[in-house]
Amino acid sequence: MIDARLRKAFPGGRGSTPFELNVELKSGAGVTVLFGPSGAGKSLTLDCIAGFVRPDEGRILVNDRLLFDAGAGVNLPPRQRRCGCVFPDDSLFPHMSLFENLWFAAARLPRRARRQKVGEMLERFHLENLGARRPYELSSGQRQRGSIARALLSQPALLLLDEPARGLDAALRMEFYALLREVRGEFGVPVVLVTHDLDEALELGESMHVLVAGKIAQSGAPREIFAAPASAAVARLMDCYNLLRAEIVAMDPTTNRSRLRIATADGTEFELIGPYFPGLLLGAKVTLAVREDEIEHGPELTGGVQLDLRRVARLSRGVRVELSGGIHVAVGEAPASGLSKQWNVRFRPQSLRVVKA
Amino acid sequence: MGIDWFPLWLSLRVASLATLIALLGGLWVAWLLTRKGFRGRELIDAAVTLPLVLPPTVLGYYLLVLLGRMSPFGRLYESIAGEPLVFTWKAAVVAALFHAGPLLIKSARAALESVPPDYEKAARSLGAGEWRVFWQVSLPLAWNQVLAATTLAFARSLGDFGITIMLAGNIPGRTQTLSVAIYDAVEGGRGDVARTLVLVISAAALAFLYLANRLGRSQFGRAL
Repeated sequence: MIDARLRKAFPGGRGSTPFELNVELKSGAGVTVLFGPSGAGKSLTLDCIAGFVRPDEGRILVNDRLLFDAGAGVNLPPRQRRCGCVFPDDSLFPHMSLFENLWFAAARLPRRARRQKVGEMLERFHLENLGARRPYELSSGQRQRGSIARALLSQPALLLLDEPARGLDAALRMEFYALLREVRGEFGVPVVLVTHDLDEALELGESMHVLVAGKIAQSGAPREIFAAPASAAVARLMDCYNLLRAEIVAMDPTTNRSRLRIATADGTEFELIGPYFPGLLLGAKVTLAVREDEIEHGPELTGGVQLDLRRVARLSRGVRVELSGGIHVAVGEAPASGLSKQWNVRFRPQSLRVVKA
Repeated sequence: MGIDWFPLWLSLRVASLATLIALLGGLWVAWLLTRKGFRGRELIDAAVTLPLVLPPTVLGYYLLVLLGRMSPFGRLYESIAGEPLVFTWKAAVVAALFHAGPLLIKSARAALESVPPDYEKAARSLGAGEWRVFWQVSLPLAWNQVLAATTLAFARSLGDFGITIMLAGNIPGRTQTLSVAIYDAVEGGRGDVARTLVLVISAAALAFLYLANRLGRSQFGRAL
């Protein structure tokens, strides 16, 4: 369990922009996901916890053990922090066999126990016949399992995984997720997982911190964040939200309704019926997040908005169309007859969520 | 033609010893220079590189002043070893060291810095101390490049002339190394001896360079 507060500033200079990491993390026993775009400071946060980077301020506690405290001058070196690290490209030592890699990690054990434990781990991770191989003679899935086994052999208090599934194909990913869930249950080690893959975050995370530009934009259960992003920046990361600039032009608490005027970047304007927004005033300018798959469409709908078709993207999970105003709609399977040029779409009032700009 | 092969053996012995010393000391200095937060490391780097660019006579002069029989170091050495350092074959080792050392430090530093940091980070997070990280992870991963640099340093120290002649002199059968012997042969009009020795040292240098290039390639399946 982690309780960390850290601040690390990079002043910027020749060719580099200034950056400041300023986060407060609390996480429980399970898998905590650090989610965010690249450059948000996710890996830097891991580096601070593992002791590879010294924060300017703050303190880090893992299982109530103090690893770092800027005020008290405590800064344990990485080897005393008991953080098992798995890096994006597995980082098994290329000059050692798989067995030697695991052997290296189990140095705390006496010789016989060490041999036995390494053998057990190879077996546990389905690598029992591969101990003599060098990392480059293993598949990417085997290497990834090997590096988790190696990290666990050092009896870590915390497992830090930095995009561990990068470079694995879809099938291997599923296998890897299953393994990780087993590991968490069996070894009882809390896991911090860095990823910019939303599916991975939803699949594995019990709690999640969304990092944007060095700050935590939202914390909570992954599903909850996905269903209700608190800000436009978080909604953008969820990759399924339309963000609309709107002005509240009428509010009626008796019917629990409001009227909103939407103005998009390309000049398209229309009005929508929204829910009553307690706490907001008439004339307020707000940002709305609307999920692509919650927008109804079809010529027969009444009270819809007429929009033109701009672009069509055929994705693995269905077809997504872009309409005038930059509005994306997920339309499931595309009709064989092709898509019409004119779209009649309807926004349900409850699908209009106000988020921080 | 009767060729005295003593200079060749002496040069090999001098170069071997100088390379060995340079390897041990050079690895340590190189490791120090890769430490982050080590202030003044670029200044030290520049200082150890200096012998590569200064004229050998300048270095020879410095060393003569520093190690000569009148200098504090020279007197200390003489009182311990019972003989002066200058104008012995050991002085030729010191001369060769000034070629092997900088080369080794520069290359070993580059080699150690080319080891991807994730491996060292992984090793440290697994509980390994700096000593283990260096001997079991960093050095093995940089070893091919270090070995290539060692070969190069050996070839380079085989051919020193300027520092050797100032510090060790030209005493046939005692301090006359190969390159000094060649100079001596040309001066003395023994063209055939000079020609043979020149060919021998050229062939040796070519062989070592070839070896260094072969060794410099990484041995691991994954590009480092």
